[in-house]
Amino acid sequence: MNKIAPEDYANNQATPPGDFEIKDYLRLDLMPHFMCPGCGHGIALRALIWAIHELSIEKDNLAIVSGIGCSGRVGAYIDASTFHFTHGRPLAMATGLKLVRPELEVIVISGDGDCLAIGGNHLIHACRRNLDITCLMLNNEVYGMTGGQVSPTTSETMLTTTTTTGNMEPAFDACKLAEAAGAGLVGREVTLQVPTLKNLIKEGIAHDGFSFLEIISDCTEVYGRKNDLGESSEMILKQKSDLRPEAFYDTVDQPFRPNKLETGVFVRNNRPEYGAAYRAHTRKGNTKVGGK
Amino acid sequence: MSGNLEHLHGNHACALAAVAAGCRFFAGYPITPSSEIAERMSRELPKVDGTFIQMEDEIASLSAVLGASSGGVKSMTATSGPGFSLKQENLGYASLAEIPCVIVNVMRGGPSTGMPTRPAQSDVMQSRWGSHGDHPVIVITPDSVKEVYSETIRAFDLSEKFRVPVVLMFDQLIGHLLETVEVANVKKLKTIERKAAKGSKDKFEPYAITKDAVPPMARPGDGMRVHTTGLTHAESGFPTQDTETVTRNMDRLLSKLEINKKEIEKYECIETGDAEYLIVAIGISARAARRAVTDLRQAGVKAGLFRPITLWPFPEDAYRNAAAKAKAVLVPEMNAGQLVLEIERLTSDASQVVGLNKIDGEAIAPAEIVAKIEELVK
Repeated sequence: MNKIAPEDYANNQATPPGDFEIKDYLRLDLMPHFMCPGCGHGIALRALIWAIHELSIEKDNLAIVSGIGCSGRVGAYIDASTFHFTHGRPLAMATGLKLVRPELEVIVISGDGDCLAIGGNHLIHACRRNLDITCLMLNNEVYGMTGGQVSPTTSETMLTTTTTTGNMEPAFDACKLAEAAGAGLVGREVTLQVPTLKNLIKEGIAHDGFSFLEIISDCTEVYGRKNDLGESSEMILKQKSDLRPEAFYDTVDQPFRPNKLETGVFVRNNRPEYGAAYRAHTRKGNTKVGGK
Repeated sequence: MSGNLEHLHGNHACALAAVAAGCRFFAGYPITPSSEIAERMSRELPKVDGTFIQMEDEIASLSAVLGASSGGVKSMTATSGPGFSLKQENLGYASLAEIPCVIVNVMRGGPSTGMPTRPAQSDVMQSRWGSHGDHPVIVITPDSVKEVYSETIRAFDLSEKFRVPVVLMFDQLIGHLLETVEVANVKKLKTIERKAAKGSKDKFEPYAITKDAVPPMARPGDGMRVHTTGLTHAESGFPTQDTETVTRNMDRLLSKLEINKKEIEKYECIETGDAEYLIVAIGISARAARRAVTDLRQAGVKAGLFRPITLWPFPEDAYRNAAAKAKAVLVPEMNAGQLVLEIERLTSDASQVVGLNKIDGEAIAPAEIVAKIEELVK
């Protein structure tokens, strides 16, 4: 095994291990996990667990809700109350759960297809409502589970099994969508810098309101292979730069998505958290309040 | 129930009964002719520290209901034809993951947008077979506002006890009918709560094969930390494709209603003892049939009515008994012929079974049933 030098951490070429035992949070009897070699979802899972650990969230108080697809299978490995719900609906399911059990920490793990295509309606309304749920959208730019079809975040010109001559549809900027829809906290991070990703997830969970976190993940086996993007490490190192070609068919002055991927926290606002607001409004017997 | 008498719409009776049954969460989406249920719930639930939410669509409504029910709270949604079609995805999830929930379907004319303000009974088959895959579901079809009230309470009891989605289905006419209802004294009302998970986490199996085929249910926060999935799963709750494990667990799931059918089945028999001409009807059509039986008996025809209150699972044995002496069986229904298919299946000589169908948005009148029976008598 290669030794990791301190400067490797500093150069973001290696991830410090963190002061926690990840096995304490995993369902080890489900191992080996089903993710492909090189899949970035495992890195996101580690970052999430690291954030949960640093926030001292009790496993008994943690509910993970996921949808369908590769991202949907990630939650099951966490030793918490885990719900593997229907395709695109985890945010709607989590809305009911969080409303009746506000003391629970409710975290949704979704994917680009789950969250933006079949579940797009639920996403914008979850943002608008601003219930205290943290949504991790693992964006690997493809429908990996079903064999590599084009997704709402597949960059233009890229090859998938349903765009064999190159994708012609522009990709969603999910963070801009979440911001416009009113999410309390919006951020994006790549899996290259796990501590940075962990910190973003921590801030998202700690935020009192709806947090939308886009995590750029890599699908090496399906998407990477199809587009000759190299091994996982190569894909991860290019996450912020030239992985996304410039909008090929985009004729507007500014491409919908710039070549250089922006990361960090884009939105922090103090809009009232919906669950607390609803309870405060209705528990006082204010059943007739309303109108102007 | 020894409560007060109130004059109520069917839809309002449904909402009040849900709250009486212990429902503390409602998620819905506006749709004619069921919207009054959501409107009433939005006013009633805050009074009992419950939660109402209008979701972004029909699918989200049942999703939120399943989220709330997974959190341990009795939950309900209400809809009509087009929305009921959209509910089927999560209805199947509720069946497989065994999450209690009550889905009200106030039936209107279809297909598609159909006739939103007109009654129909055209979801008889969708309510049973609408979701993909073999799945257990209970469907209840009350025929009066009074029965909407009592059957809404029973819907929650059955759903909680057997961990199965219960569809409460009545037509637009009953939803908007004003009738006198005896409203329950909630303090004296005994309702059923789901079996809670107990014991140590290490030994707990969320889908254990129990004698009554209904495993206790864990909820977040109780220390069990279980996995809930729409994938076919083992007793552990985790997905499996092992053929023996799949067979064992699916057999248990699908036997649940059969094993407990005595508690689930409910029906009414009117003059069926010696009935030579049996009518089988649900909902508003059963009310017309009731009157038709009276008129036919006065005219000397031995007519009777078999009315399933639990529509699915169909009370097969009770029907066969009621039809024992029948020369003909008439199935009046406000669709193009759905319930009649089940009756044909259960009748030894299917040629004795005749349908009376109406799909024009009007109820079937007693005289139409009388005329059809008189035709059969000749």
